[in-house]
Amino acid sequence: MAFRIIENCVNCWACEPLCPSGAIQAAKPHFLIDANQCTECLGDHAEPQCASICPIEGAIVDRLNNPLNPPGSLTGIRPMHRDTKESPHAQSQCHL
Amino acid sequence: MNQPVIDNSYLPPPASGCNRSSCGVSTDQAAVLPDDLRRKVEDHPCYSEAAHHHFARMHAAVAPACNIQCNYCNRKYDCANESRPGVVSELLTPEQAVKKTLAVAAAIPQMSVLGVAGPGDPLANPARTFATFRGLAEKAPDIKLCVSTNGLALPEHIDELARHNIEHVTITINCVDPDVGAKIYPWIFWKNRRIRGRAAAEILIAQQQKGLEMLVARGILVKVNSVLIPGVNDQHLKEVSRIVKVKGAFLHNVMPLIAEPEHGTFYGLTGQRSPSAEELKALQDACEGDMAMMRHCRQCRADAVGLLGEDRGAEFTMDKVEAMKIDHEAALARRLAFRAKVSAEREAKRALAHAPSSVPIQVIKLHKPVPAVEGRPVLMAVASKGSGVINEHFGHAREFLIYEASHAGARLIGHRKTDLYCAGSDTCGDGESVLERTIRALEGCETVLCSRIGIEPWSKLEAAGIQPNGEHGMARIEDAVMAVWRGMLERGQLATPAAERRRA
Repeated sequence: MAFRIIENCVNCWACEPLCPSGAIQAAKPHFLIDANQCTECLGDHAEPQCASICPIEGAIVDRLNNPLNPPGSLTGIRPMHRDTKESPHAQSQCHL
Repeated sequence: MNQPVIDNSYLPPPASGCNRSSCGVSTDQAAVLPDDLRRKVEDHPCYSEAAHHHFARMHAAVAPACNIQCNYCNRKYDCANESRPGVVSELLTPEQAVKKTLAVAAAIPQMSVLGVAGPGDPLANPARTFATFRGLAEKAPDIKLCVSTNGLALPEHIDELARHNIEHVTITINCVDPDVGAKIYPWIFWKNRRIRGRAAAEILIAQQQKGLEMLVARGILVKVNSVLIPGVNDQHLKEVSRIVKVKGAFLHNVMPLIAEPEHGTFYGLTGQRSPSAEELKALQDACEGDMAMMRHCRQCRADAVGLLGEDRGAEFTMDKVEAMKIDHEAALARRLAFRAKVSAEREAKRALAHAPSSVPIQVIKLHKPVPAVEGRPVLMAVASKGSGVINEHFGHAREFLIYEASHAGARLIGHRKTDLYCAGSDTCGDGESVLERTIRALEGCETVLCSRIGIEPWSKLEAAGIQPNGEHGMARIEDAVMAVWRGMLERGQLATPAAERRRA
């Protein structure tokens, strides 16, 4: 049993320090989960930690390739709003 | 310990015959602070309107992770064309950040502040953020350190912040009511769980307020940033301003929401509009009764380098930094010499302002009521590269400082960007020319002051009812603005309200 990080990961490092098994590695082009080490957080946390902080919908999938955070579940942006206008490189104002 | 906050009692009594800008005293917020506070902020470009003309800052992009989601943010960052908060081109390790900061501080003697502001949240990346501060404090102890945070993890890191001798922290507080917060924050990560909706906003707000109180109790200066989101928190921000002032924040910075569909944010994609320049000014005016506002904020990128309003980040990419040979001791000496010079100029100005007038004061008895002060306030745009003077060519200006001139003097009320946060007009523009966009950005201004201007923009500006003026190149901004205003007054141009002028 193991989760996988797939290509829409933005390498934000949020998941890496949270993994109780040390299964997440920084890698190019995106972070990876070591399938041998991932326990899906069973016995450590009620909810899988990587998927609980990941800001990108669809970036982490389960064994059946189902996204742990499906489209619309994190941003509230429904798939109908995602047209071609969205730039692949944009983040908006935070707190400077 | 209670941190003193800005209060009208610190304001000097109005002096007759002398307005504060024309006699050389800064209209800066820092000028009205008590001495100990003023010393802490007077070299900080983001906190002091006077300092931002002279001092440079940089943001080290060492903090990629975030522990909350905001509806104005899209976590797919990294864009060279975007000039907005949260955007970076190159994520740095703490070691790289220290190296880059030292390189910038060697090349730019004005460099006085290193901030960590993202692209995520500095305190959601505590190891990387504090390693950067440790490294820099060791090698360049003269550089001030600051962080900007959403506040969620602030209380647990207060001791560490104090240990690193951080004098300033910025907290983004968009609301104090969880029902408002639920419309801004879809989720937070808290105690190993993702929490959503109102419950999430409730925790975030509690942590922000607790963090603010703890910082103030430690004597660390707190600035509060708020994003003005029309229809969501616009009226509510007056309450935010009141509360953060009571708790001891020393500055409140209300910034306009940036929400374009191409940024891919929730607000951008759902048609949430940004506030107009007038709406922003109205809210800042409404909050100003409560506390000092920051009209000069530029909403910089999380990897910005240089004076406010300029970004020299491209000169300091890691490959260029690695190739630089730097004499750190000589660089430190240059910075200290630069600061000593600015400090001496400031002291001279202060001494001048407080010197007794050489003209004896005459008491004149007025038998008639004082006539109403002549001349309406006028908005003027100024092209400047910094140092407080008019030294930018109209066509080169990527932003304009907006001053309000009136009988009370010249007052900076904001700045307007001409590139609308994106320089990649070929790929994502709507066909509007740069000049047309600039003219639109200057709406409401009656004059634009610059060092030089070409014939084509001159006539187009005139046609749009904005008078170009290139007569005050290298003059002090406030002197030039007031000279132009007095000229308009003498020519009788200020008798009619601005609205009628535009209709005419």
